[in-house]
Amino acid sequence: MVCVDWMIVFSGSDLTCRRGERLVFADLAFEAHPGDALMLRGRNGAGKSSLLRLMAGLSEPLTGTIFWQGENIRTDLPAHRARLQYLGHQDAVKPVLTVRDNLRLWASLRDVDNSDAAIDHALKALGILHLAKTSGRFLSSGQKRRTALARILIGESDLWLLDEPTVGLDRESCADLARIIDEFRAGGGIVVYSTHIDLDVAKPRSVDLDEFAMPMFDWLTTDDENHGITADTGDTRQSGANQGNAAGKTHKSRSTPSPDFTGIA
Amino acid sequence: MKILIAILARDLRLALRQGADSIMVVAFFIVTTTLFPFGVGPEANILARIASGVIWVSALLAAMLSLERVFQTDFEDGTLELLSLSPVPLELVVLGKVLAHWLTTGLPLIIAAPLMAVMLNMNSAGFGTLMLAMLVGTPALSLIGAIGAALILGARRGGVLVSLLVLPLYIPVLIFGAGAVEAALLGLPAGEHIQIMGAILLLTLALAPLAAARALRLAVE
Repeated sequence: MVCVDWMIVFSGSDLTCRRGERLVFADLAFEAHPGDALMLRGRNGAGKSSLLRLMAGLSEPLTGTIFWQGENIRTDLPAHRARLQYLGHQDAVKPVLTVRDNLRLWASLRDVDNSDAAIDHALKALGILHLAKTSGRFLSSGQKRRTALARILIGESDLWLLDEPTVGLDRESCADLARIIDEFRAGGGIVVYSTHIDLDVAKPRSVDLDEFAMPMFDWLTTDDENHGITADTGDTRQSGANQGNAAGKTHKSRSTPSPDFTGIA
Repeated sequence: MKILIAILARDLRLALRQGADSIMVVAFFIVTTTLFPFGVGPEANILARIASGVIWVSALLAAMLSLERVFQTDFEDGTLELLSLSPVPLELVVLGKVLAHWLTTGLPLIIAAPLMAVMLNMNSAGFGTLMLAMLVGTPALSLIGAIGAALILGARRGGVLVSLLVLPLYIPVLIFGAGAVEAALLGLPAGEHIQIMGAILLLTLALAPLAAARALRLAVE
């Protein structure tokens, strides 16, 4: 039994997440072994970003626990932070600093080698070595994204949490990213990522967040939409950057099977 | 310590590259102080009487002017989220940023203050005390200000809000700062005032990073 516990390095159970006034998902469970890639799927607003933020320890789940090697991550958050690299929606690239200087700060914060050689190694992996001396303000959005991705390569880590890593990347960079992810997994790392396009990662395990959506919520929005009441939409928008207007449209088509979900969830 | 220096160095570089902030704070300080002779008239005795108060009030307003930017840009571009996810305690990050804020705004104000004192016809006996009081007082302003700057993240019209939050908390520094200079001008010992300001500085040094870090965690949650 002990053996099984140690194999599942990163796991979560009974996770319920609340954003603002609404429950995003409930009773969500996941597990990941060393070398695994978890692909988070789901419509806009299904809680992909929220789940990644829970995994990072940025926010606290309403119920449930996330474990790293059997220990609740919230009992020792600094240790958890030291082992993970997180890529959010924003690239955190300072316009007045060069690409290399942008990365140097993150290297010194993790207290790892911040020499030019170490940073250039990360830049090379993302194919932006030629931009090392360019200031952030002259980068395109794809180049900024690649700079942000180079950051996660700096220093040792066991867990990558990537929120929509492919946004702004061209086809070639996506292939680079998939290769980098697979190399990291080959070294025993765990990657959790959300994406809308298919990233060519070897054998990812998929977590479909729509399965854990709160049926109650679907009923409510459908009612509101039908009667033209917009009181609830304010809350919906507030609850996450990844909830565009498209969320409303997907709701309608998705909400029909929701009574069946009550049985499953 | 190494990490504190790294954060400090980065913020100083950002401030120097962006440049305008420090100059704006000092320019604001000079302009505000200059308004008083126009308002109360060029009577030398009256100006000398109000000089210490005017300089301190202008310094408070100037220091406050730059507060909004302490965490705002980092909050907007996602840096703050990553800083709170780095293994470094957020309190240390706050301390580094406050130190950078003080070096880029507090220190220039201290250097500009005697010039303004000359303009307002302050007796030169008070110059030394004025600078000493500001040296102890302005770091406390930056520290208290950091709490306000962290609390307003995500709020609209944060600049106005931060002044409402922070200015009342600046009052003790103002009272003892101006009091120290007054005492020196009257030939009385100013040591007690400076000591109380030192106590305020130590208190804020201990508490402000904790409070600001907590507010930052709430902002990124």
